Amino acid sequence: MELFKIKRDIPFMRYGRVTTTISLVTFILAILALSFKGLNLGLDFTGGIQIEVGYSQPANLDTVRKILEDQKLTEFSVQNIGSVKEVLIRLPMKPETNNARLSEMVLAKLKEQDAGVVLRSVEFVGPQVGQELFESGGLALMLVVAGIMAYLAVRFEWRFALAAIIANMHDIVIILGMFAFFQWEFTLPVLAGVLAILGYSVNESVVVFDRVRENFHLMRNTSVADMIDNAITVTMSRTVITHFMTQLMVLAMFFFGGEALHNFALALTIGIVFGIYSSVLVASPILLWLGVSRQDLMVKKESAEIDDLP
Amino acid sequence: MQNHYPLWKNILILAVFFVSAIYALPNLYGNDPSVQVSPQHSEKLDLEQANKIESAIKAAGVAVKAFEYKNDRVLARFGNTDDQIKVADLLRDQMGDNYTVALNLAPATPTWLDALGAKAMYLGLDLRGGVHFLMEVDMDAAVKQAEDRYNDDVRQALREAKIRYQAVSKEGVRIKVKLNSADDRAAAAGLLARDFPGLDIMDTDAQDQILLAMSEKEVREIKKNAVGQNITTLRNRVNELGVAEPVIQQQGENRIVVQLPGVQDTARAKEILGTTATLEYRLVDTEHDVQNAVEGHVPAGSRLYYEKSGNPILLDRRIIVTGDQIVDASSGMDQDGRPAVFITLNGAGASKMGKVTQDNVGKPMAVVFIEYKVDTKVVDGQKIRTKQKVEKVISVATIQGVFSKRFQTTGLDGPGEARNLALLLRAGSLAAPVDIVEERTVGPSLGQENISKGINSNVYGFIAIMLFMIAYYRLFGVFSVVALGVNVLLLVAVLSLLQATLTLPGMAGIALTVGMAIDANVLINERIREELRIGMSPHAAIYAGYERAFATILDSNITTLIAGIALFMLGSGPIRGFALVLCIGILTSMFSAVLISRALVNGVYGWRRKLDKLAI
Repeated sequence: MELFKIKRDIPFMRYGRVTTTISLVTFILAILALSFKGLNLGLDFTGGIQIEVGYSQPANLDTVRKILEDQKLTEFSVQNIGSVKEVLIRLPMKPETNNARLSEMVLAKLKEQDAGVVLRSVEFVGPQVGQELFESGGLALMLVVAGIMAYLAVRFEWRFALAAIIANMHDIVIILGMFAFFQWEFTLPVLAGVLAILGYSVNESVVVFDRVRENFHLMRNTSVADMIDNAITVTMSRTVITHFMTQLMVLAMFFFGGEALHNFALALTIGIVFGIYSSVLVASPILLWLGVSRQDLMVKKESAEIDDLP
Repeated sequence: MQNHYPLWKNILILAVFFVSAIYALPNLYGNDPSVQVSPQHSEKLDLEQANKIESAIKAAGVAVKAFEYKNDRVLARFGNTDDQIKVADLLRDQMGDNYTVALNLAPATPTWLDALGAKAMYLGLDLRGGVHFLMEVDMDAAVKQAEDRYNDDVRQALREAKIRYQAVSKEGVRIKVKLNSADDRAAAAGLLARDFPGLDIMDTDAQDQILLAMSEKEVREIKKNAVGQNITTLRNRVNELGVAEPVIQQQGENRIVVQLPGVQDTARAKEILGTTATLEYRLVDTEHDVQNAVEGHVPAGSRLYYEKSGNPILLDRRIIVTGDQIVDASSGMDQDGRPAVFITLNGAGASKMGKVTQDNVGKPMAVVFIEYKVDTKVVDGQKIRTKQKVEKVISVATIQGVFSKRFQTTGLDGPGEARNLALLLRAGSLAAPVDIVEERTVGPSLGQENISKGINSNVYGFIAIMLFMIAYYRLFGVFSVVALGVNVLLLVAVLSLLQATLTLPGMAGIALTVGMAIDANVLINERIREELRIGMSPHAAIYAGYERAFATILDSNITTLIAGIALFMLGSGPIRGFALVLCIGILTSMFSAVLISRALVNGVYGWRRKLDKLAI
């Protein structure tokens, strides 16, 4: 079976203005979503208490709320999670109490009302720890960006590094923007997913750039734009198949991985879809605009070839 | 021959395959929910006891999968967690305080694998259930305690050296010694410089006073010791709680991670771990008027305390013994049926107690119960934690006769408080208060669910990829899928060898690695098709496909590796697990995607001289 039998190179670069405009618009929308709605940061980053309990029969959420209100708790949220028997209770940090003990108090009260309540999980994150997790997350992002840029600059050339990182940062912003727009919860695993996808998406640009470099050697009399078109066209099949495979795995996590992996899989999905788009249709036009030329890459390579001559 | 691996290479690949298969195998056997009974302190668990436990379990009508008695320990394995919890509750009632009954997940690895050193991965708390605490040691309190101690020690040293002083007091972080003359000052300075290397003498203009401050080195040392000693104490307390395979580790400069697998009663765990309750014994000041002190005129040698009933009481400033000098404590009832703690002191404490009681027969002595409570308050939008030292006099009794090493203390609220206090005194006090800054508790049922979720995601994802790869690339798809399978095997084997902790994010990492690793094979297969398309012979196409794709595979994997390493360096807990899996998965995938699939291709096509078509 072969899905991509493309006879002629697709002139991607001719549409460069259109494709980059599209991504610029999505990018701006994402920024707007981020600045007006903001990320719905999870407990890991904000600090707070989250209690998950299981009932033997469908849970009555109003009763649970009533119990919490009786304890003079405010700003809590009670919702079903997974099934109607499981309830997730979120409590903000309460001043002037020992927050670490709050979960026990709530559980004890719930048990008074229904002895069949089972504690499924408790997560308590102090505000200090949340702040630190947030900071180390930001630091990790910067480290990944710097590391990848340095590697690409050494392996290729600074223009490639810049083009690839712009394209992929744009993916990251769009993932974050989507999370902000739909107010999906942004948790620690989601952050891990975002960083992993950053590394993964850069692959995409690397594969295309590898081909561009190869073409600089092989296609002497073609324009840079045509060479890039050729590189994208020949790697097209691989790009789509690979991402499709990764997406299959991510879908499995989305459907079977439960609540904990749900948003993680969601972040990966957005990252994969936009990863294809950006590394092909954003990174390459940027590369062209940055004015990459044969000389930039040939200097090193040719001297190596000359050595090989008898 | 282009597509032929030398024999050594094939043997090497086979060897790697078999070794990794053996080391990955223990994970398939899983874990048995089990109950572990072990003796505490000097108690012994003999065969007779073990038999008794076995028959008790049988009498309860619970099916036991296996019953082991080894190294003074009993391990009973069960088919499910319900049976396990039922038996644990039963045994806790029957065995009493002298035995620890703990829930455990015992690996069901067969003995022959065990003998080879093959162990299953350790399941993280999110998969096996349990409690994770992150505790912060209050360094400021530790330093302040040291300052107070120095303050007392300096006063005592001057007194013993018969250097007369007007006052020794604390001024902020400094200790001020006020003396009568410049001569005394010189004598005191000499003494303090000799006997207190941890204190720096500050320069002052005043002729009759000395300012002392703890040296930076001393402060550093105190902080280091505070964390170290707290870890020791926490470990003792966890042992008292009865937990199988606990983890107690320092994290960063002032934090301690405590992980208690299988612990269900988090309330008690928190209470036991977090409290800094201890006892102090002091003489009651009978010479001064209490009422006067309440109005603000506390005599120099005394301190004002309150009894449980709220009555004020004056106690001598000097402590007879503290909780640190207690070597053993147990709870029970005294002659009148009141809850009591029976205390045994160490040598120094005993001799001091003996001396004090001898000199003060007929006078009252007080027991002070000290506890630190932590409160979080919001002040101007900033969350501020305040620590409150709660001191209350739990009993005042007249010294009837001389006692030293062993005695009892009453005045506790109930048998529960007596039991907890005894436990805390046995385990030692915390050098500095600790606060729980993070808690993650996972119930056993959720843990089991998380395992099946992680496995399901992996299995269904793998099947989907397998079906598509074989449909799309035919025989080369089969090669790729086999390579991918070996990759999973290798990854699991390496993680097991490293004895890494497997968490749900770690399982997601395995799934993601599989989804990404297939990229290498897609790259190779596409390249071979391309070479065939431009008219290369099948053999040349295979050769060129692998050679040319390799540079790209390397490049693309390195960028993901960079992301993985950054996550590992900066991530915490489960995220680190994910990052570790990601990094190792990338390395194993390079081996399997290139070498394994190539070995298969060579095995199938390599020996055919005339090759017209490839099934790709």
